[in-house]
Amino acid sequence: MTRLSPNRRLFPNRLSAAFAREVNGVPRPALITFITAGDPTAAATPAILDALVEGGADIVELGMPFTDPMADGPAIQAANLRSLASGTTTAAIFALARGFRERHPETPLVLMGYANPMTTRGPEWFAQECHKAGVDGVICVDIPPEEDADLGPALRAVGVSLIRLATPTTDAARLPAVLEGSSGFLYYVSVAGITGKQQAQVASVEEAVARLKASSTIPVAVGFGVRTPEQAAAIAAAGADGVVVGSALVDLVAQHGAAAPVAIRDLTRALAEAVHSAR
Amino acid sequence: MTAPAPNSFRTQPDANGHFGQFGGRYVSETLMPLILELEREYTRAKADPAFAAEFEDLLEHYVGRPSPLYYAPRLTEALRQSAAEGLGAQVWFKRDELNHTGAHKINNCIGQILLAMRMGKTRIIAETGAGQHGVATATVCARFGLPCVIYMGAKDVERQQPNVFRMKLLGAEVIPVTSGANTLKDAMNEALRDWVANIHDTFYIIGTAAGPHPYPELVRDFQSVIGKEARAQLLSRTGRLPDLLVAAIGGGSNAIGLFHPFLDDPSVKMLGVEAAGHGLDKEHAASLAGGRPGILHGNKTYLLQDEDGQITEAHSISAGLDYPGIGPEHSWLRDVGRVDYTSVTDTEALDAFQLLCRTEGIIPALEPSHAIAAVAKVAPTMPRDAIILANLCGRGDKDIFTVADALGAKL
Repeated sequence: MTRLSPNRRLFPNRLSAAFAREVNGVPRPALITFITAGDPTAAATPAILDALVEGGADIVELGMPFTDPMADGPAIQAANLRSLASGTTTAAIFALARGFRERHPETPLVLMGYANPMTTRGPEWFAQECHKAGVDGVICVDIPPEEDADLGPALRAVGVSLIRLATPTTDAARLPAVLEGSSGFLYYVSVAGITGKQQAQVASVEEAVARLKASSTIPVAVGFGVRTPEQAAAIAAAGADGVVVGSALVDLVAQHGAAAPVAIRDLTRALAEAVHSAR
Repeated sequence: MTAPAPNSFRTQPDANGHFGQFGGRYVSETLMPLILELEREYTRAKADPAFAAEFEDLLEHYVGRPSPLYYAPRLTEALRQSAAEGLGAQVWFKRDELNHTGAHKINNCIGQILLAMRMGKTRIIAETGAGQHGVATATVCARFGLPCVIYMGAKDVERQQPNVFRMKLLGAEVIPVTSGANTLKDAMNEALRDWVANIHDTFYIIGTAAGPHPYPELVRDFQSVIGKEARAQLLSRTGRLPDLLVAAIGGGSNAIGLFHPFLDDPSVKMLGVEAAGHGLDKEHAASLAGGRPGILHGNKTYLLQDEDGQITEAHSISAGLDYPGIGPEHSWLRDVGRVDYTSVTDTEALDAFQLLCRTEGIIPALEPSHAIAAVAKVAPTMPRDAIILANLCGRGDKDIFTVADALGAKL
């Protein structure tokens, strides 16, 4: 992986290791899976996370529920509400993260959510909790580079990656600002819209990924609207270093509740096989 | 306040859209380029005399501005009944309830739709709570022939049927929002979801002086016509400035519109009135009194929230004040101490509503009824020659069902 800086090879972390895997000397795309913490309950989440790892997920994103998830479609909105209705607190989410880190020392864990729950006790508090819980990266939907001071410096100070989003509206003039201060990977939101809705044209993803990778020293993962193994394989084949699947897994939690791990593991396995063998 | 007073209170926000620590642009990356383009276009529009000319022409001939400035003699006398000797300030009203569509909301909608057309946008979306901003948006869309989609919490759709029908008559599509708690903040979430998926052709007309920069600034600028007119009208009628300005605050657009042109007049005190609902120790909508700074809907401001930063539901009898946040400039004006903020309960607002009906023959909306309730408390403590200028930001036709219900009357 020549894109990784020498610095990163000297000081490998779990995120860069997840993107450095190869099959027969060819870089292997990573499967990134998302579920909402505490959905349907905090007690049910560890088994669901374990199912993702057993199914072959390379990176796990754990969604922090928020009352007002304005970037999310119906599936993840409902997951947020189920989680909050069952009483999920920020303390409970960090307990889930610590438990995950103990059970899965190698699998990168990324927290994804909205600015207010992340910054409400101050960015330093949040960054310290992430660091202590073994969280590798943070994706904050509503803190763009312009407002980086609210989260970025605190995360960088403790070595937790700030993973930024790039979108179809992020033009060449803006991309350097998005990349500045971000690490781990760049999350390309392949459609202008909300999670779990329409699917991007593979050709447009291919063009965008090529453009982003030309400017980026960190891997590029693609998400939003990727639901099936076939779609995931197509995105990986289009050059993405990673493919993110969220709503399809969250739908299984909605359907099966605490009994979801079996179905989650099966879908994750199918997705992982498709993504890993796409190139 | 320990922070040194700035030389001027009228130079906010800074280049990055911050009012002190408040405001900003807390939006997803998809919206960020659009927000920046809106800022550039607004800067160009401000420098374009043709934009100002068209805005002012529409305000005069379509909205019916300037709205009158009215001295309320019987209300003033009624409040003097409980005042000590020599006390009992004069009460004056800025009559923005006489605007076309019945509230101040139309001022801002005219400005924003002109911006939308400058930007080549062909579809308008908006959120609404009570329906006043929805009606004003639907009105300007009809006037300029643009399709209009209004997001409204399903609960609000049910309790504001007359305004829903008005919007439909005006050609708007009203979409009931069933996500979250089915109220205004969820309507705003849904409008943001629509916008992010339709950025190329859609302009989001935000109804209050909140949201990501430059919305708080441009909404304030469009609403400042209220304070500019009031200042000139009072000077010409009395030769002096008011001693106290009073306005109700939900998001705070009518209040900032009245206050802003007076901010650098040191003799003019200002009072913003939040909705205390059932009481500050119960369900309410007073973000400054009962909240703390946080990030929601694109800006940093005082929010009603729990210790984990989850947003809590607001409550007010006035659907227009029923929002868990407040415009960021108000958060700043409170922290620097330039404006005082207080709150009044549902019951106090209902009393003030009836008081104005009977003393002045004006049926106010429940939003300015909160301002009137605060006036009723403070006027008897001020000298008889003092002038209180309150903003009557909306008329009460839309609220008669709510008021009847609260008073136990059957219609």
